[in-house]
Amino acid sequence: MSPSVPLQEMIRAIRSARTQCEERGVIQRECAAIRAQFRQADNGGRSHNLAKLLYVHMLGYPAHFGQMECVRMIASPRYSEKRVGYLGAMMLLDEKQDASLLITNSIKNDLSHSNQYVQSLALCTLACMGSAEMCRDLAPEIDRLLRASNSYIKKKAALCAVHIVRKVHELGELFVPAARSLLSEKNHGVLHGAVVLIIELCEQNPETLERFRKTVPDLVQIMKGLVLSGYSPEHDVAGISDPFLQVSLDPWDQIAACVCDAVQVATNTDSTKTVGNAVLYETVLTVLDIKSESGLRVLAVNILGRFLLNNDRNIRYIAMTSLQKIVGTDHNAVQRHRGTIVDCLKDQDASVKRRALELSLALVSASNIRSMMKELLLFLSSCPPELRAHAASGIFNAAERYAPSQRWHIDTMLHVLITAGGDVRDETVPNLIQLITNASELHCYTVHKLYRALLLDISQQSLVQVACWCIGEYGDLLLKGDCQETEPVQVTEDDALDALETVLQSHMSSPATRGFALTATMKLSTRITDNVDRIRSIVSIYGSCIDVELQQRAVEYNALFRKYDHMRAAVLERMPVIEKNSPGHTNGESTGEAVKDVPTAKMKQGEPLLLQHEDRSDHPPGPAVDCLVSGLSVHAAGTAGGDLLDLLGGFEPAELSPGEPLSVTHTHTHTLV
Amino acid sequence: MYMQSIHLMQFMLLFSRQGKLRLQKWYVPLSDKERKKISRDLVQTILARKPKMCSFLEWRDLKIVYKRYASLYFCCAVEDQDNELITLEIIHRYVELLDKYFGSVCELDIIFNFEKAYFILDEFLLGGEAQETSKKNVLKAIEQADLLQEEAEAPRSVLEEIGLT
Repeated sequence: MSPSVPLQEMIRAIRSARTQCEERGVIQRECAAIRAQFRQADNGGRSHNLAKLLYVHMLGYPAHFGQMECVRMIASPRYSEKRVGYLGAMMLLDEKQDASLLITNSIKNDLSHSNQYVQSLALCTLACMGSAEMCRDLAPEIDRLLRASNSYIKKKAALCAVHIVRKVHELGELFVPAARSLLSEKNHGVLHGAVVLIIELCEQNPETLERFRKTVPDLVQIMKGLVLSGYSPEHDVAGISDPFLQVSLDPWDQIAACVCDAVQVATNTDSTKTVGNAVLYETVLTVLDIKSESGLRVLAVNILGRFLLNNDRNIRYIAMTSLQKIVGTDHNAVQRHRGTIVDCLKDQDASVKRRALELSLALVSASNIRSMMKELLLFLSSCPPELRAHAASGIFNAAERYAPSQRWHIDTMLHVLITAGGDVRDETVPNLIQLITNASELHCYTVHKLYRALLLDISQQSLVQVACWCIGEYGDLLLKGDCQETEPVQVTEDDALDALETVLQSHMSSPATRGFALTATMKLSTRITDNVDRIRSIVSIYGSCIDVELQQRAVEYNALFRKYDHMRAAVLERMPVIEKNSPGHTNGESTGEAVKDVPTAKMKQGEPLLLQHEDRSDHPPGPAVDCLVSGLSVHAAGTAGGDLLDLLGGFEPAELSPGEPLSVTHTHTHTLV
Repeated sequence: MYMQSIHLMQFMLLFSRQGKLRLQKWYVPLSDKERKKISRDLVQTILARKPKMCSFLEWRDLKIVYKRYASLYFCCAVEDQDNELITLEIIHRYVELLDKYFGSVCELDIIFNFEKAYFILDEFLLGGEAQETSKKNVLKAIEQADLLQEEAEAPRSVLEEIGLT
């Protein structure tokens, strides 16, 4: 066949352009020439011109002026022009444009053309871009073609009907009788089209499904014929007869016996080639989709298990995708393959890793939590950045549900913070703090561990925030030095204050973190004995900090030192256990004792002031910090410290007795310890 | 619905290693602007992947199946329930068809004869579904259509050329 010379010359010219600018120049010239040609009456080169325009369009340049030319070409009697015209219509027009309606009539005429290749063009275009109106107009034509034409046209008409049914559901009824009769055809293409059509019809309308149920035995016959018959060279793909048809027939084997047969054959199918695997996979999907008996399901899961061990990465990937879908219902079956799945965590490919992560998280249970967590933490340290947030939150959820002990839980959370502290969600910090307060016998251990982590690295904000909070709260335990759980390390008051000051001054610390550090420093003033002056000076420096939040806190703390020094010990006392309102929170050592409703009451009391605080700050501090601050502000409002109140602003000088905050802190002291 | 449709291919793209589109077939109605955006984003995503990686990836709410043949990437977007392995087979079958037609096909063949590549695709897939599973039949049909085209373009008389008939 002769190549289109004018087209190829233009392509050559465009490709030889060395710069974008040059290319644009060439294209503009060509487009101008094409436009001129379009305006002329019928000339021999119309199809070449349109082809040129389509090439230009593919490069990304505008070509809408060719739309009407497409319409004209489609109406031409010459096949060469029709061919390019229809191609142009599919490329330049889409159903949303009005011009597409103009070709409806041409399509209608061409559908009854004497030449099957012209009919084929029309069918192809309708199936590709037919709008709902076009479909409604032309459906009767398609139905006619389904019944009375050669197999070449029938197969195309069938798929065209599929498109019509997808666009306009009501037209499904029209095609049912024709679809049924198509099943008796011998031609593979027609059969394939017929099956796709029937599936589509049944999907749209479950009643149709009932009517087609009678045809199932026929379909099974067809499938058996395909599978058991010998080599059919023209449909064969690597020795497996017509995989496409086999695949399309699979969803139909509803009767269990037939499915058994199919699976038997499928397991004998050569699975060394991708094609064999494709058929196997489709069988598995079918078995899992329909309500098959458990024996069959186990067989399907085993096939998936075999896939998991396949060398081909693609096969492993789809095996995990399918296992993910059934891990809820067939949990035990999937558990058997846990080892292989966990191994896939170490695969090079990010898609496979993601699948393995999802599946691993779904397979975590109370019995395997320790070993799984080891693997997951290992994964976290080397996983790609886009998966880290997901992995971290998955690990937290798993830890929360199945933690065998509080210490394990805290260790795990700390490990995650150290490895991926930058990727965890915001509520991790208050959650961890809440967890720590609950584990009172581990306070000493925790604060030592956090202190050491802080010394090593102050860039992970979540970790630093938790560490600061703990050092502030449990500073006395830190300084005491002896702790049964870890090796004793002598920490002096200066060391602790140094650590906190480093955080305060570091440019890596976010404003929220610095807030934590400042408050912690302040809390230490009641837990240490010698260096109170140092704390006083730190706090007063920050009284003129540019960050308004820090400045406000520093000023409040200053006030606490100066005017309300007698209150300081009480205000900065050890906090009660924070209650978390989450159901299903199990912990290995839960005492089951009902925790009193402390923080809720406290919150309610401090609410209006809390809100004010939140308005002022840009970032919500954790509940622990809020409580402390609200405690302070409730207190500060209680007396007539005029100058300070101006600075602090917004506090109602309510007639609160000085004793009130004290009672709030004291009354509900928790007795879990 | 417990039955799944065989195949709902939304679009197929062919592009070079530099990201130049060589073929784009869309089976869903989208404006030119939307098509451009999708092509651009998807091409970038795929070109960023390393050689030994999985042929499947999840992108937006679609499954993308792609394979590189020499300097061309063949990329299909299918809906979520589809069997990805079959899509890979479809891509491979299309490449085989091109190979048979052009004789040891290479990217240049597809650049200079892009309309032929489309015609072959349209003879193999219809509305996003495979219409003919026999390679021989597809190629035979294309051959016949090409003959028809040649007849239509047959050299015309001098009078016709100058527009007098």
